[in-house]
Amino acid sequence: MTFTAYVPRDAGALSLGAGEVAHAIAREATARGLELQLIRNGSRGAYWLEPMVEVATVHGRMAYGPVSPGDVPGLFDADFQNGGAHALSLGPTDRIPWLASQQRLTFARVGVVDPASVADYVIHGGYQGLRRALALSPQAVVQTVIDSGLRGRGGAAFPTGIKWKTVLEQPAGQKYVTCNADEGDSGTFSDRMLMEGDPLSLIEGMTIAALAVGATQGFIYLRAEYPHAHRALNQAIAAAYQARYLGADVMGSGKRFDLEVRLGAGAYICGEETSMLESLEGRRGEVRVRPPLPAIKGLFGRPTIVNNVITLATVPSLLHRGAEYYAGFGMGKSRGTLPIQLAGNIKRGGLVERAFGLTLRELLYDYGGGSASGRPLRAVQVGGPLGAYIPASQFDTLVDYEALGSIGALLGHGGIVAFDDSVDMARMARYAMEFCAIESCGKCTPCRIGSTRGMEVIDRIFEGQDAEGNVRKLEELCELMVQGSLCGLGGMAPFPVQSALRHFREDFRVRS
Amino acid sequence: MDKLVPEHAEIIRRVAADLKGRPGPLLEVLHAIQAQLGHVPPAAVPLVAAELNLLRAEVHGVISFYHYFRSRPPGAHTVSVCRAESCQAVGAEALAAHARQRLGVDFHETTPDGRFSLEPVYCLGNCACSPAVMIDGSLHGRVTPERLDALLSEADRKR
Repeated sequence: MTFTAYVPRDAGALSLGAGEVAHAIAREATARGLELQLIRNGSRGAYWLEPMVEVATVHGRMAYGPVSPGDVPGLFDADFQNGGAHALSLGPTDRIPWLASQQRLTFARVGVVDPASVADYVIHGGYQGLRRALALSPQAVVQTVIDSGLRGRGGAAFPTGIKWKTVLEQPAGQKYVTCNADEGDSGTFSDRMLMEGDPLSLIEGMTIAALAVGATQGFIYLRAEYPHAHRALNQAIAAAYQARYLGADVMGSGKRFDLEVRLGAGAYICGEETSMLESLEGRRGEVRVRPPLPAIKGLFGRPTIVNNVITLATVPSLLHRGAEYYAGFGMGKSRGTLPIQLAGNIKRGGLVERAFGLTLRELLYDYGGGSASGRPLRAVQVGGPLGAYIPASQFDTLVDYEALGSIGALLGHGGIVAFDDSVDMARMARYAMEFCAIESCGKCTPCRIGSTRGMEVIDRIFEGQDAEGNVRKLEELCELMVQGSLCGLGGMAPFPVQSALRHFREDFRVRS
Repeated sequence: MDKLVPEHAEIIRRVAADLKGRPGPLLEVLHAIQAQLGHVPPAAVPLVAAELNLLRAEVHGVISFYHYFRSRPPGAHTVSVCRAESCQAVGAEALAAHARQRLGVDFHETTPDGRFSLEPVYCLGNCACSPAVMIDGSLHGRVTPERLDALLSEADRKR
């Protein structure tokens, strides 16, 4: 009899040896004369359990982890292919508490399905959203997205449906749907996980967007640092074309939508939407002055939707289950669920999708289990390299757009990087300026020059030159960059610096 | 500036011919050149410009803007060490220092024997398994200095 095993092909799982584990399982099955169906799924996101192997049994999927290649013969001895008990047994996958307590809407299929199979996608509810959308008018599709309260998950949190409405209202002609998959914020990996684990939900979301606003061409702008996601996307796009969910006649509707992946080339700034559009056009990724908005004059001067991976991948479920269902999660103006990423010095890092409404403390300790080092947590950075540092005294803050905003922080793309008490916050502040200097597109002076001056001023503090005066100078420089920069890079790079000065001023002192 | 070897010129002409009908093709063309030659030789700039009907300055401007494009051939193996915050929170600075010392080169340099190029990278999206390193496109997580040594030795045994 054939048994089915799942070993992730997710880049994070591979980075911990999932590829070798998959080989070992295949080899051992052959040696024992067992017929094996090996499915390379995405990761469930519990990275401290990776490589996590699952088997399909009569009692559902059973999990084992973290598995190393050396454990494999023992797993077969324990009859793991039928869910047999073993020291690495985690029980039924969907009853692992860390996963069971999550509310996975966007990530419902990630780690569950075979990412390359349209058939498996459809079995798990895929393309129900597009089917529904095809039965609605474009206005009704856009209204559903507006009613759901979905806000851009890339970081800017702009209401997605409003953006789509603007594109819909532009005169007919060439329009584009673009996906910003330039996930460059440290501490974030939800886009990567989704593209590797359930790429068809992104493809379906882009198709719904295109048909709603009258676009016939889509581009996924993917960062070059994600070769695994690149392969997964290309494989899924080819499968979708094959099954006629893409191309000249989408799902028999007579409507066309073509989609391709374009690779970035290692520039953080290209995550800024106008810079991304420049890059897609084959130019330097320098930001454009707005207005005009991309929704009116975007790619090649045409009306363009620019949305993040998670935003677009959430769209199919909005159409499938209705706006009210999605809006029923969350609180205040932060509706729905948020895929939060726990990273850095954290014991149980990974992806936690929950309705808005958890505090940092719940995420860091209940899910994260505290620091990996065992030392007390001192600070977290939320929202990537442009996000503020938040001290332990504020860990009771809710993780939503408004609550974080009210303490001078930002949610961004939902990444939380934890630091223990060995962190030197003045050095982190210096790094924020250094990163801005490395990644500045150079178009505006406050960002291009200010970031380098920022490093120099902090170096002077380290050298013991007029610490008080230089701290004051640093504060003024931060203010100037915030007020005077053209886009969010120079305008927000001071946030981590200002927050470090506010909460960890004692670290800004002379170094021996 | 070194002259372009004829085989390389031929590859570049072919790549440009294949891709120039696409909208905004320059990045695509540069990616294809680097995938085949390992780098984008400075002498390729006028040829790419002519093939795509762009100014040389535009082509040079794009190559120099993006960190990924390199003007010199890389070593046999490329080692990218993540320097971003999540990795810093669990020892990336020490890991980077170890890599520099072990290879005897700084970031953006290639060992004199041409075996390894060392590059900084700002996030590999493996932040739940920091610190992260990528070697020739393979991702590695929770990398200690000892593990890095083992990975480098393993890479060195390959061609």
